[in-house]
Amino acid sequence: MKLIYSRPKSLKKAVFHYCPGCGHSVAHRLICEVIDEMGLQEKTLGIPPPGCSVFAYNYFDVDMAESAHGRGAAVATGVKRAYPEIVVFTYQGDGDLAGIGTAETIHAANRGENITTIFINNAVYGMTGGQMAPTTLCGMKTTTTPYGRDHLLEGHPIKMSEILALLEGVAYIERVAVNSPSNIRKTKKAIAKAFQMQLDKRGFSMVEILSPCPTNWKMSSVQAWKWVDEEMAKVFPLGVFKDVTEKKDAD
Amino acid sequence: MDGNSAIGEAAIRAGCRCYFGYPITPQNELTEYMAMHLSRKKGCAFVQAESELAAINMVYGASLVGARAMTSSSSPGISLKQEGISYLAACELPAVIVNMQRGGPGLGSISAAQSDYFQATRGGGHGDYRTIVLGPSSVQELADLTMRAFELADKYKIPVIILGDGVLGQMMEPVEFKKEAPAELPIRENSLRGATGRPSKIVKTFTSNPSELEEINWSLFRRYTLIKKQETTCETFMVDDARLVVIAFGIAARIAKGAIKTARAEGLKIGLLRPITLWPFPEEQVKEVAKTTGQFLVFEMNMGQMIEDVQLALAGQGEVAFYGRPGGVIPAPSEVARVITRLYYQKGLK
Repeated sequence: MKLIYSRPKSLKKAVFHYCPGCGHSVAHRLICEVIDEMGLQEKTLGIPPPGCSVFAYNYFDVDMAESAHGRGAAVATGVKRAYPEIVVFTYQGDGDLAGIGTAETIHAANRGENITTIFINNAVYGMTGGQMAPTTLCGMKTTTTPYGRDHLLEGHPIKMSEILALLEGVAYIERVAVNSPSNIRKTKKAIAKAFQMQLDKRGFSMVEILSPCPTNWKMSSVQAWKWVDEEMAKVFPLGVFKDVTEKKDAD
Repeated sequence: MDGNSAIGEAAIRAGCRCYFGYPITPQNELTEYMAMHLSRKKGCAFVQAESELAAINMVYGASLVGARAMTSSSSPGISLKQEGISYLAACELPAVIVNMQRGGPGLGSISAAQSDYFQATRGGGHGDYRTIVLGPSSVQELADLTMRAFELADKYKIPVIILGDGVLGQMMEPVEFKKEAPAELPIRENSLRGATGRPSKIVKTFTSNPSELEEINWSLFRRYTLIKKQETTCETFMVDDARLVVIAFGIAARIAKGAIKTARAEGLKIGLLRPITLWPFPEEQVKEVAKTTGQFLVFEMNMGQMIEDVQLALAGQGEVAFYGRPGGVIPAPSEVARVITRLYYQKGLK
């Protein structure tokens, strides 16, 4: 019998604590599949954030270290500069990367740090109970925008992939989603490419993943997965924003 | 050599290969020294970070993979680093943090002060923790204590603060470096360099189980008790026959020593006790001196911070007076001598 599907070696045999329909567990699995396929389990260090995915270290069977809220890119910088042989990835949410950690993220990207960032964008602060995130859509109701986000008062959703793609130190940026089988396949490809950029020492790589949060969006899983396509992807279009693969003079 | 550069050279000789900093006066010579000697060198790392927050978190990252790492700043910048220091302490990661203090609060002044004593010796950031705090009072001691700081940090898996000030950082003095740089340091056993040939490891503190966190706190404090027992140091100067003992640290102790010499020349029996480790505070040594002396004067370049540790140590024994000059004012030895002499006569010690 041919084995065509199994638990990735880098994914621990633990039951996910995530809510039904949440994108984190899919993203975790995809990262683990990539780590396995690229043979990186023994040389990877993951940096999870505070938030719902603070327990990511319970699922990834690679070395993992906690980061303060928003400081993932700075921690990864220290890790990689001190020990360049390691493969380091940060796993960050939208509040973490696009709110409290904007400075660390932009400057690590601008320095062209050889690190990989997995950016989970679910347009809301999940673990704290559904407050407005920097990426919350206009009109969207959250616990801190009970009347809907108004750009005149709360600003527009911030588009980190577009912003970071402008920086010279960035090697690869793609926005993907984990809301359908075809999107999930694309996400895995993007993650693999981001890790490859790091291995090739091309600079900063990031995959932004549009990820459903049915609990805080107050939707069913099916509704949430549809909402990613119908609403979120209109504000956050999927696609590649930067790719220096063909560029020979990137160094 | 200036004090700031002396710290840099001592750090490199102690095996520090990673430095992350952000400019702030009066400690820029240290950042510049590290830029000169650690950037573009194989196996070394120097990053001018975008903020003090980023710099301390880079130190955290470098410490995670087992490097001897350092950052430096001055008072307002050290406030920003407290988040990272709390995480370093919680995750039991060694690191050396230099604070060349300046006047505060707020942006304050760029002149030397000692007003961060509380912040340094009480932990400084959120949560129950301590850092080892060293209080040098000469350029030579900046160098010596920098080397000691790296050893203590590794030995006890703890962040170590060097609490200097703007005068020490800027002053030029001859300095002898007592060690050569080691060729290669052993890799720390708790380094996260990838799970090769061993199960994967996690460095974290967050837990949803309070009793697990309680145990982490207990384990930290058991180590702190050990540090108190083994690493407390202080200097005493002419205390044996002293009727009045001045207690001061860092640059203030240096000024006080000058004042005490003047007073001694006039026949006043005055001595000095200078804590070198500010945390742990030399309580036992203070108690010891109190067996033969009943009068104390605490002199600090702040509004009175270390005096609380002195009072705690004395527990009501003896009388404690205070002379403080905050805000970046650096009193001359003659001013301190006047204060000491007045007190000496007021207390009828002559």
